[in-house]
Amino acid sequence: MKQLMLGNKAVARGLYEAGCSFVSSYPGTPSTEITEEIAKYDDIYSEWAPNEKVAMEAAFGACLSGTRSFCGMKHVGLNVAADPLYTMSYTGVNAGMVIGVADDAGMHSSQNEQDSRHHAIASKVPMLEPSDSQEAYEFAKLAYEISEQFDTPVLLKMCTRVAHSQSVVEPGEREEHKKAYEKNIAKYVMMPGNAKRRHPVVEERTAKLIEYAETSPVNRVEMGGTEIGIITASTSYQYVKEVFGDSVSVLKLGMANPLPKKLILDFASKVDKLIVVEELDPIIENHCKELGLKVSGKDVLPICDEFSQNLIAKALGKDVPEGRALDEQIPMRPPVMCSGCPHRGLFYVLKKNKCTVLGDIGCYTLGAVAPLSAMEMTLCMGGSISALHGFNKAGGAECEGRTVAVIGDSTFMHSGMTGLANIAYNQSNSTVIILDNSITGMTGHQQNPTTGYNIKGEPAGKIDLEALCRAMGFNRVRVVDPYNLKEVDEAVKEELAAAEPSVIISRRPCALLKYVKHNAPLKVNTDKCIGCKSCMQIGCPSISIKNGKAHVDNTLCVGCNVCSQMCRFDAFESTAAGKEA
Amino acid sequence: METKNIMIVGVGGQGSLLASKMLGHLLLSEGYDVKVSEVHGMSQRGGSVVTYVRYGSKVASPVIDRGEADYIVSFELLEAARWLPFLKKDGQIVTNIQQIDPMPVITGAAEYPENLVEKLQASGAKVDALDCLKLAEEAGSSKAVNLVLMGRLSHYFDLPEDAWMRSLEANVPAKFLELNKKAFALGRDA
Repeated sequence: MKQLMLGNKAVARGLYEAGCSFVSSYPGTPSTEITEEIAKYDDIYSEWAPNEKVAMEAAFGACLSGTRSFCGMKHVGLNVAADPLYTMSYTGVNAGMVIGVADDAGMHSSQNEQDSRHHAIASKVPMLEPSDSQEAYEFAKLAYEISEQFDTPVLLKMCTRVAHSQSVVEPGEREEHKKAYEKNIAKYVMMPGNAKRRHPVVEERTAKLIEYAETSPVNRVEMGGTEIGIITASTSYQYVKEVFGDSVSVLKLGMANPLPKKLILDFASKVDKLIVVEELDPIIENHCKELGLKVSGKDVLPICDEFSQNLIAKALGKDVPEGRALDEQIPMRPPVMCSGCPHRGLFYVLKKNKCTVLGDIGCYTLGAVAPLSAMEMTLCMGGSISALHGFNKAGGAECEGRTVAVIGDSTFMHSGMTGLANIAYNQSNSTVIILDNSITGMTGHQQNPTTGYNIKGEPAGKIDLEALCRAMGFNRVRVVDPYNLKEVDEAVKEELAAAEPSVIISRRPCALLKYVKHNAPLKVNTDKCIGCKSCMQIGCPSISIKNGKAHVDNTLCVGCNVCSQMCRFDAFESTAAGKEA
Repeated sequence: METKNIMIVGVGGQGSLLASKMLGHLLLSEGYDVKVSEVHGMSQRGGSVVTYVRYGSKVASPVIDRGEADYIVSFELLEAARWLPFLKKDGQIVTNIQQIDPMPVITGAAEYPENLVEKLQASGAKVDALDCLKLAEEAGSSKAVNLVLMGRLSHYFDLPEDAWMRSLEANVPAKFLELNKKAFALGRDA
């Protein structure tokens, strides 16, 4: 039966039907729902791994054992997993293995806009690129066939607009696929002697894959008007169809790597003018140029940001509808930390102490936003701790006395531990703050190794953060409640002053977690409030100034009481009867 | 049939995903090709969020561009103004009059514009503005704003009420069904 399916859910359905039985992933927008949907199938073992490299290696082990496997991640996650990827290209697979990677053109929820197709080219691994949910579903299945036929892992590349759009899918039935494990040292032990013999195998495979790309229906020609011929892929194909319908001819490439040659030359010979419409980098375009074709692409279309139908229409000389706007400035509405977010109090204290804060990836990156503006660097997963070490070693005691790293519990498990090991080993006098909100927050509440639950919400192993830090050699490890500003303030001052490295664990579960019980909302006693706006320094979306006095939105406030600790006039009161704030 | 475009806009956390789920279900069951495009991740944290719903005989692009929306359904007044450039020349706005101050307004760096409903009308847009929060509370929960808006939107569609009810039933938990039906009816009859 036809269903409306999110692109990511369609990938999960395709994996399921292809007989995939092992999935290990690390969450990352826009890839997360693939694995969340997989977790709903009882026939598939699934897990959240601590990071993408571990996930990919686990999936590799599963395919080696003879089970079709999958790992999913966002574009930057593939950088973390690049090490196994590039050598898995040499070993090939036993049962099929598929790697889902989701790019984020437009950076809706990412720190950069890198184009994953470069990884496919550099690692010499084939990559499929669907343009809607039905293709996401079909390509997930096809990926396993290619993987086993050509003895290679296969990359399945999503992008935000394919991953997070729902379109119609017609699902089918699951087929089981199992192989036996076979010992093969020459194929699977990549030491120089063996790897030297495997590299030519990779080159031969690429030549065969190019032959496949020439004729496979995964790449298709849709002939229309021949004045213009457009080569396109992924969501750009949908925009091209929206703008031109059948008035132009289209070569729609479903396989991003390797690219066909004869197919493109043949298509080019049938049209007057050749245009490549692809988001981000000019990969298809440069390929066409290498084939000696005269082609238009990034000369008219941007490299930065995502495309849309109007953007393409305008760039290619077509009229676009005009919008209207009000004459006045519409205030921006940037994302903010939620009401009751445990990170808020911690960042306020860091700001008050004039700390230099090196940050990491998660909801708490919003600590960089006004009015807190209390974060000065965010690079990549785990980067806060390693950079703190370098900052302090190079900057000396003056830096050590005011600089901290902040990192979430999940990000710490992902790649913060190795940075902490460096501090313990090479001894910078660094202060690391782990923001333990007991969940992977920004991607929508995924469990991790510190939460004690697995992907299905069942009890699982639980890593004790305090014990882990102590075992690494930290003598100073302390836990604070970020709702208690005085306690946090003392801890920050003391640990920055201490003559040895330390870890502060700021622990309180995410305010959005279902099991978290909230206090009654606060209200402002307008007789006591003098309108000094002290409470406005914490950037709480529940608090605003109305008629010169503080005002609490009682539909948002969860009674965390951080604001009342800012107020010297005791103006915040609980709305619960008989209770003081 | 030419593709029709509905934009659902609001503030992260207001429940616009349920509205788009319900619309997608409804339009698919009425035999249309449908695409729904959502926003996940960081922008959901209290930021401006937008969902695109497109339907027709064959839908290509999953997103709606400037000047293309037949309807803008807004959970919050400022968001209706923000996304106005996306409205088609003769498009219809259905908006909640609730105002949620964005952070620049809270911190005093910007002001929440006054008389937005009148200004939207003066721009030539057709505007249907109602107090959805009040109606939702009347139905039993401030969280039912989404169903009040869907009820109001249904007013503009030539689709049988029981089709709307079926998609409502398919997308809300059974224990909140009566409340949500009431919210839908209050919006429809407002």
